[in-house]
Amino acid sequence: MTSPVSPNQASPPVLRVTDIRKHYGAIRAVDGVSFEVRPGEIFGVIGPNGSGKTTLFNSMLGQITPDSGRIELKGEDVTRLGPLELSRRGVGRTFQTLQVFGRMTVRDNLIVAAQEHQGTMFSRMFAPSDSGLGARADALIDQFRIRHVADRKAGELSYGQQKLVDIAMAFMSKPDLVLLDEPCAGVNPSLVGGISRLLKELNRDRRGSFVVIEHNMDFVMALCHRIMVMVEGTVLAVGTPEEIRANREVLDAYLGN
Amino acid sequence: MTRLGGLIAFLVLALFLVVPNFLKNYGIHLFTTWLVFIIATMGLNLTVGYAGQKSLGHAAFFGIGAYTVAILLKAGISFWIGLPLAALICFATGLVVGFPALRVQTIYLAFATLGFNTAIWLVMRNEEWLTGGNFGINNIARPSLGGLSLDGNLAYYFFVLGVTLILAVLLAALLHSPWGKAFTALRDNPIRAESLGIDTRGYTLLSFAIGAAYAGIAGGLYASQVQFIDPALFTVHASIMMYLMVVVGGPGYFLGPVLGSAVGVVLPEWLRFAQGWYLFVFGAAVVLLMIWLPDGLLSIPDRLRARRQAREASAARAAAAAEIGRQVRA
Repeated sequence: MTSPVSPNQASPPVLRVTDIRKHYGAIRAVDGVSFEVRPGEIFGVIGPNGSGKTTLFNSMLGQITPDSGRIELKGEDVTRLGPLELSRRGVGRTFQTLQVFGRMTVRDNLIVAAQEHQGTMFSRMFAPSDSGLGARADALIDQFRIRHVADRKAGELSYGQQKLVDIAMAFMSKPDLVLLDEPCAGVNPSLVGGISRLLKELNRDRRGSFVVIEHNMDFVMALCHRIMVMVEGTVLAVGTPEEIRANREVLDAYLGN
Repeated sequence: MTRLGGLIAFLVLALFLVVPNFLKNYGIHLFTTWLVFIIATMGLNLTVGYAGQKSLGHAAFFGIGAYTVAILLKAGISFWIGLPLAALICFATGLVVGFPALRVQTIYLAFATLGFNTAIWLVMRNEEWLTGGNFGINNIARPSLGGLSLDGNLAYYFFVLGVTLILAVLLAALLHSPWGKAFTALRDNPIRAESLGIDTRGYTLLSFAIGAAYAGIAGGLYASQVQFIDPALFTVHASIMMYLMVVVGGPGYFLGPVLGSAVGVVLPEWLRFAQGWYLFVFGAAVVLLMIWLPDGLLSIPDRLRARRQAREASAARAAAAAEIGRQVRA
């Protein structure tokens, strides 16, 4: 297995989150969270259920608007932008649950995942079916080892195969930042290793930055350069996997359980 | 298109080119009506079948197209201006009607479009100065094409066939382009689509507008075909029938409207022997179809293919397991 490439410490952050707050009535789902993701970094977010990971994620992805705070993408304020604008600015994502286009082939799922990132809507009218993205789709199909199902409809595949398609789709448009929401949820142990290997490869080859929310602790520890631990809407600790493992507070709050 | 799809398309084309030559006036009328409804439901298939927007107002666009051509012809304006104008007006109206779809979906959207249909129907019925009210508009002329009169039923039939083919080729090209994928993505999973940079708002509105333009052209052709229109043709009931044609044929299948319109236009003629029981037979057939083939008649080949692939996959798994068993024993 390849070891994570060390991220570039000197260059400005890809993502800078400053003092994000989101309250639902008396519940402080996210209560003043700040962090940075550097170019080429795999950044893990862990925490018990209800610690605010998903609310934080949805704020970063434009699904919900935070009450206060600032989110910057490559220096640009994107706090109030929706999912469409974020995608066009180079943010890819996966969802906690499977989100493939069931009645399209695997190859078409990949092509549609990037076609809107080039040209205008009207230049795409009557344009070639694969938008010139066939080769890029084939490269990902080979990398994800789903060649044998490339022409099958995505909805007909097994859960694990669909999960791979789902993750591959997030990388089709060559995003600068990919947010992965529990990439291992519901995946059998043998595939967890495969997903980890793929993400490391993609991180190495494309110098992409990832933010990963995940419950599977071994997966996060092996994959991420840095990890942020959240408890009750706040940041408990940020550090390398070794630092997180050695952190007394983290052990008490989370890992110890 | 698959080889089977190509063969079916060829057979359908042969049917439309050959059969009407041997039919009497009524048969030709039936075939022309079939084509008109193929055009209208091709548009609805884009809105409903490919883009997944539940529209129950399609007959309103059909009516707007019919009245546009009829009113302009009565005012002495050429059919060749009236027909494109009908398409344009319907396209613009379709954009506006698409806006509720950005807020509401499924049954709620169906009701919103149904309300639109009722409103348009009321305009057709009440604005007598423009539409002739309940009496409708009669003696609608047929056009001539480059000095060639289309007054004859067979000549008009072949003209409508030509328009149908042009519109079918345009739609096929559109669906084959990235737009087709974007519409399908919108239908299958709008939230994921948006996260991939697909402008779901834009494609939703366009699916309504293009679908409406097809209905407008169909309506315009229909006005000159039957030469008499009144508001009763464009009620919510007609919208529901068009929706049913799309569903029965197979929403999201390119040739679905050909089959669906046959069921909606031609089949009632064959079921005449049933007389008063016709609607009962038709209704029962739809219930059975929805139970066994919820994706429409054209989903049959896909179902057979999926079953075969599942069988092959399980055979492959069994073979792999047997191989492992052999290795373990060895």
